[in-house]
Amino acid sequence: MMKLLKQPISIAILIIIVLLFIGEFLSPGFASSSQILRLLVVSALLGIVAAGQNLVILGGKEGIDLSVGGVISLAAIVGGNIMDGNNIGIVPAILGCLAVGAFFGALNGLGVTLLRIPPLVMTLGMLGVLQGLLIVVRQGIPSGLAAPALSSFVSQPQILGLPGLLWLWVGIGIFMAFLLRKTVFGYRVYAIGSNENVAKMSGVPVKLIRVLLFVLSGMLSAMAGLCILGYTGSSFANVGDQYMLASVIAVVLGGTPLSGGKGGYTGTMAGAIILIILQSILTTLSIDESGRQLIFGTALVVLLFFYGRAKGLRT
Amino acid sequence: MNISYRSYFSRFPFFPALIILVVVFVLNGIAEPNSLKILSIKGLISTYLALMFLAVAQTVVVYAGDIDLSVGAILGLVNVSVVALIEAFSGTPYIIVIASAVGIGIGILCGVLNGLLVARFRLQAIVATFATSIVFAGVALSIMPVAGVPAPAEFWRSYAGKILGIPFVFYIFIMLLVVAFFVARTKIILQLLCVGDDKVAAYQTGLPVTSVRIKGYAICGFFSALAALCIIGDTASGDPNVGSAMTLNSIAAVVLGGTALSGGKGNLIGSILGSLIIGLVGSLVFFVGTPSQWQNFVLGLSILGALMIGIFVSRRLQ
Repeated sequence: MMKLLKQPISIAILIIIVLLFIGEFLSPGFASSSQILRLLVVSALLGIVAAGQNLVILGGKEGIDLSVGGVISLAAIVGGNIMDGNNIGIVPAILGCLAVGAFFGALNGLGVTLLRIPPLVMTLGMLGVLQGLLIVVRQGIPSGLAAPALSSFVSQPQILGLPGLLWLWVGIGIFMAFLLRKTVFGYRVYAIGSNENVAKMSGVPVKLIRVLLFVLSGMLSAMAGLCILGYTGSSFANVGDQYMLASVIAVVLGGTPLSGGKGGYTGTMAGAIILIILQSILTTLSIDESGRQLIFGTALVVLLFFYGRAKGLRT
Repeated sequence: MNISYRSYFSRFPFFPALIILVVVFVLNGIAEPNSLKILSIKGLISTYLALMFLAVAQTVVVYAGDIDLSVGAILGLVNVSVVALIEAFSGTPYIIVIASAVGIGIGILCGVLNGLLVARFRLQAIVATFATSIVFAGVALSIMPVAGVPAPAEFWRSYAGKILGIPFVFYIFIMLLVVAFFVARTKIILQLLCVGDDKVAAYQTGLPVTSVRIKGYAICGFFSALAALCIIGDTASGDPNVGSAMTLNSIAAVVLGGTALSGGKGNLIGSILGSLIIGLVGSLVFFVGTPSQWQNFVLGLSILGALMIGIFVSRRLQ
């Protein structure tokens, strides 16, 4: 029982329950089922981004993807322009977005593996490129609209009263669990994350795996960008910025340390929910922006105390 | 590669940064001859002095293998604190000095808090300093909810002014170089580098690793506060969000300057040069006549390219 309680995922679920109680206490109706559904939809948007972030971080070697925000914003614009409010455009929009995400993910991966640029630096540089590209794209063409079907997929109940987006998130959760626990690829990700040299000597194609991780991260961010477009209706400036470090925090709160090699996606899903509930509680309170940020930052510090603290030097 | 080049490089690790800087500077001169005039250089330095201080601040923690994503937020907090203090006590020169000192104190305090969380409580540096950056930004917002409270004229007049016919910012720039040169030779910097090179070895040798890292963050907060004073001189006002965009640039400047993010090696002068490279690349993109909507894209590509070249050359030379 104690062992179960010490698992990051158990801590995360416990925190979610506590936060829901606090929310209900502070503003009655906070934990009503419709409200929880809305919270889950917003969490799914962050959770999908965090899936890619999680993969890159699991691969170790200071893996991190700071370009997710740029990819999200770009995908939202590209998707919006392809669809332009028509349901016919959905499939081309999805394909277009995934191609954009895969392209920039591949560039990140190639820079990190072939040129051996540290991931933080490579993706930071890529973020600058993407932000510049966004200005070019936005001034050249009007920002498009989400197709009605996409919007209802994201926020309207579809199957068993749940929006399609939640099913997509559950699907991604199952996909991630399968990928990481049941496939050769997954085992190799953990292998290069915990010790790259040993993995290399055991015949794991380290570079290929790492490039694929960045490609997957790009594609998942792009997918999230499309869903965010569906949530907001039309794309607006730098919609993805807020997801950059939030996705990293969600991964860490879910029990995957930034050093990589251990952890998984189930925890990250819980981490994303924690972040969103926390933010949501603060929005319902009638305090100004400064107080909200103060509490949010402090709460994050406190939450971090529960997770993934580095090992002491006295071992 | 000739062996003498290597030994030359080990003594002057900022060499690749210096070459990139000179190249970009010359290209600027070719594209726009006016950019070589003293007035243009003064403008460049007074705009990028804050980033230089911030990059030096970042370098100190990167030495120990840590990172500080809150430098921009510390800058913003110190900026509004100093401006608000001067405003509250009607800005006599006496008050300005005291307010600046208080601002530096706040910067150091923020640094110590970061250091405690990362070194003493062993939170992961990236996420912990991101969390504290939100806290600092919140405090800054509560001190000054909207941007635009003006700083006293004495402040920005002396920043933009001249002493003995030489612009004031040049003195600060030279002073920063001298300080960086001497700080680099202090015991604490050597200890930080040892910690960054191998924490366990440093610990086993008897270094107080935790307190060394906390001191690193404190120094980082100190230089971030100085950066805030430069921003007040440059923009002549208080703005709680002024630093938010500068954190990532400070990391880019550190990498451009030849300091490894993994810790254990690097140099402070290089980070100063790295900041200037970022500034000069920005003006070069403008001077070569890039259409306005393409400027940020070309700038992003150039910075990414410079980062790649910098890392590639440093690795070749080592």
